[in-house]
Amino acid sequence: MRGLPTVLREIARGAGITARHFFVNMTFHTLRLFGVKTKRRGAVTIQYPEERKALAARHRSLHRLRPREDGAPACVACMLCVTVCPSECLRVEAAEVDDPEVQKVPARFVVDLNRCCFCGFCVEACPVDAIRMDTGEIRLASPTRAGLEVRLDRT
Amino acid sequence: MFVDVAIVLAKVVLTLTWTLLLALFLTWVERKESAVLQDRIGANRASFLGLRLFGLFQPFADAIKMLFKEDFAPAFSQRFLHWLAPTLSFFFVAVTMVAVPFGDSVRLFGRDIPLQVVDLNAALLFVLAMLSLGIYGILVGGWASANRFALIGSLRGAAQLISYEVALGLSLVGLVMVFPSLRLSQLVDYQGGLLFGFLPKWGVFLQPLGFAVFFLAGMAETKRVPFDMPEGESEIIGFYTEYGGLKFGLFMFTDFLEVIVLSALATTLFFGGWQVPWLGAGGFVFPWGGGLDLAPWAVTLLRVLSFNLKVLFFCWLQILTRWTYPRFRYDQVMDLGWKVLVPLGAANILVTGLVLAAR
Repeated sequence: MRGLPTVLREIARGAGITARHFFVNMTFHTLRLFGVKTKRRGAVTIQYPEERKALAARHRSLHRLRPREDGAPACVACMLCVTVCPSECLRVEAAEVDDPEVQKVPARFVVDLNRCCFCGFCVEACPVDAIRMDTGEIRLASPTRAGLEVRLDRT
Repeated sequence: MFVDVAIVLAKVVLTLTWTLLLALFLTWVERKESAVLQDRIGANRASFLGLRLFGLFQPFADAIKMLFKEDFAPAFSQRFLHWLAPTLSFFFVAVTMVAVPFGDSVRLFGRDIPLQVVDLNAALLFVLAMLSLGIYGILVGGWASANRFALIGSLRGAAQLISYEVALGLSLVGLVMVFPSLRLSQLVDYQGGLLFGFLPKWGVFLQPLGFAVFFLAGMAETKRVPFDMPEGESEIIGFYTEYGGLKFGLFMFTDFLEVIVLSALATTLFFGGWQVPWLGAGGFVFPWGGGLDLAPWAVTLLRVLSFNLKVLFFCWLQILTRWTYPRFRYDQVMDLGWKVLVPLGAANILVTGLVLAAR
């Protein structure tokens, strides 16, 4: 019984905190419902598919192959990314071209998202800065496994 | 004779519809209120013809979901009792609403129709008795499930409800001493007077301690968090471990119905029922002089509205409580019941008796 005043005070304080949150949030909800613009919102929720939070600048999302000036991928099929990849998720088939500056291009460049761990080593390893993970595409679900094998040389 | 039966039937249907609708939307209120006080948004995706309306269709979506679930009963369960338990639970809670007065009375076609299904002469005892019988739903459910966790939950529930039944009864003795009646309509009538010429003579002003004990014990009776020993979602799942689909839905619905019943009782017994402060049969009469004449229909409307608003306030308060406080441990629940609420209830009777004798 000695702690009773403390207990009662804390009980009242707890109810006060939740009630304050309720009324403050309800005020902002109501204001926004009637079209009043307020700096604060009634909730911190981001309603995902409709509302998006801006991704961080260095966020690693779906891969892409940076194009050359003529539109073909900048990749020279050196296989460094395939070598460095810890998940073994990249498959590159090389093909020859006549241009002596390039010599090789990928005939197929497939990233298997079933295996990819989004470590970004391929981006670091690329000597010609051809592969990047900056598409901002994070909805990478598919009903089939084949749907997750993405061909990067064809967009 | 026939008209009387028709009137009673209409009142039963209206009361039941009102209560069930309120309970249905209380599930939505609970989700939304908890969301708002946790800075979230809450269920708002259920839509009908592209219309979302803040998720107001969520209860119907839930009901449809439960309706289409498998009606499952475990192999060793006692089928009939397993089916009976949620029904019992629901019935004993829903039936208490017949004794609650929703308003004074309306004059329709030359008849005075009190807005109350039956004006029992021992309504207070009836309500307490029915709330006690609600234990059977829990006990039978836990027993019939043939599951040890369900049985533990139901035994805990029985222990808790019986403990708090004592405190609940004691807290109301003081009220009956002040307003000498067990008839709920008369209790509300008594609360229409004024204290010291300005304060409405509500039970809570005459019996503040009685109200505190009543409301705490009542919340324990609803067996929701912080008093969720029978359920114990985080430890034993409780007496409805083996229930699914609509049978579980009925148990859950009963929980919300209990919240409404407790709110209605708190309103009727301690907050003047349908009384509006300073509103008489002819209109407002303010204690600082002056007044406002109102037509009889407006008075009735205000009174019914007042009752409903008070009930909604108490529902809100209970949901706030449920989402504010952590659960009690089992021994803490028992301590609070037997060592705090029961002595306080007894002390309340003593003090009320002394004050009444000294007056």
